[in-house]
Amino acid sequence: MLKSLFIANRGEIAVRIIRAARELGIRAIQAHSAADATSLAVRMADEAVDIGPPHAAKSYLNIQAIIDAARAAKADAIHPGYGFLAENAAFADAVVAAGMIFVGPSGDAIRTMGDKVSARSAAEKAGVPVVPGSGGRIADLSEAAQIAERIGFPIMIKAAAGGGGRGIRIANTREEFEQFLPQAQAEAQAAFGDGGLYIEKVIARARHIEVQVLGDGERAIHCFERECSLQRRRQKLWEEAPSPALPEEVRRKLCASAVALAEAVHYKGAGTIEYLYDDESHDFYFIEMNTRIQVEHPVTEFITGLDLVREMILIAGGARLRHQQKDIRRQGHAIEVRINAEDPAKNFMPFPGSVSGLRVPGGPGTRFDTMLYDGYQVPPFYDSLLGKLIVWDETREQAIARMKRALHELDIGGLKTTKPLHLLLAEDGEVRKGQFHTRWLEPWLEANATRLSQ
Amino acid sequence: MPKELLSPLPGTFYRRPAPDKPAYKNEGDEVAIGDVIGLIEVMKSFNEVKAETAGKIVKFLADNEEPVMAGQPLAEIA
Repeated sequence: MLKSLFIANRGEIAVRIIRAARELGIRAIQAHSAADATSLAVRMADEAVDIGPPHAAKSYLNIQAIIDAARAAKADAIHPGYGFLAENAAFADAVVAAGMIFVGPSGDAIRTMGDKVSARSAAEKAGVPVVPGSGGRIADLSEAAQIAERIGFPIMIKAAAGGGGRGIRIANTREEFEQFLPQAQAEAQAAFGDGGLYIEKVIARARHIEVQVLGDGERAIHCFERECSLQRRRQKLWEEAPSPALPEEVRRKLCASAVALAEAVHYKGAGTIEYLYDDESHDFYFIEMNTRIQVEHPVTEFITGLDLVREMILIAGGARLRHQQKDIRRQGHAIEVRINAEDPAKNFMPFPGSVSGLRVPGGPGTRFDTMLYDGYQVPPFYDSLLGKLIVWDETREQAIARMKRALHELDIGGLKTTKPLHLLLAEDGEVRKGQFHTRWLEPWLEANATRLSQ
Repeated sequence: MPKELLSPLPGTFYRRPAPDKPAYKNEGDEVAIGDVIGLIEVMKSFNEVKAETAGKIVKFLADNEEPVMAGQPLAEIA
């Protein structure tokens, strides 16, 4: 069992990790940049350590500064949260080399699942269906063009080292393909230090469905799926569990495939296996694994009653999985919406500023995970997530009604946020019927631009 | 009379379009109205900063990757 935990992240997830640590009696040491000295996580933690200037490359992404600070604070373990260094295998290795525990899988597991090409082959070996594609890094343009012709356009060009929606281009024709490939290579080299690319068929009108897993290095269990099809620029905005579209028989197969893959890579900790799901054929295809806790984990917590952050900390401390698969049951329906500091009336322009007057929703089945407090100055240096409003109710219909009620209660004075967007989505006929796919939201935003600007 | 080019947004100031690319403009360069002289990264979105007067860049008043506030002078143009 860990005695102290160093949190190498910020924002709402840092607050979430401190809460889990405190309930376990673990001392929480919060890392922060100069811009986050007044953050809620810093105020809540048992101890706080300045790790560098505001720019993330000099603080939250500075491996040496984090390791040094964690050692000086005598931390037993480091929790990376999500983003920043959470899926950086070199960081996971460095934590272990410095004599501490990394809350997450081994550096090798991150390497295997973090590289999209090796992840794909691991999935194939575990019997998980994958999207038709190059099946590996493409060697040269003519080979790539041949594969593209065989699969058929449109084709997705992806960076092997990419993720989180970055490093992806779609080519609709052979001409576009030949034009985009060198560009994509240069971009991948610049963004990820690795110009490796692979190509995949575009599944039109696919849903994004992902399975939450927990593993202890030997055994793995699933905690059912989440559907996150409502996305803008590949960033999720509305997530729910269970998926409103999945027949029970498909759910069983999907979740079993995720467990098979997690066990095949000896996965340790909390992880998510992402799939595309085709409504018409009921086929699902592995896209990638995220080897960390995810933003949208609370919807799974609501339908299963688990505390996923607690479980990952216990596993990091050396515990075996405390649950058998049959212990994991789901009940009701949960929805999460992301409250971002972005103005939906002005093309989601970022809106950093000061919070003046904060009213947080409450009541049954309502949870608001945030780092905001009244008077808080939102720094402009990091992502725009202010908080996540999550609701649970017995049915999806009731959960949507509860979400509307909770959104009306939420008031973040002084900032423009995505709240008006979510109110409109909660009223939308297709959203209410659960009829959407990953490219549904962007045209909807265009069609509803006038209503969003009112 | 030198004019100061002010940052339109709070965020991180960059003088280059990408880490491995040369700076948009250097001290001593001539600029026309609308020329891009840098980027401000605010919450992971990148916004171009454009010259509002023509002239010569006398001096940069903020460094590459420096955190800046809205209204903070970035460069002096004469």
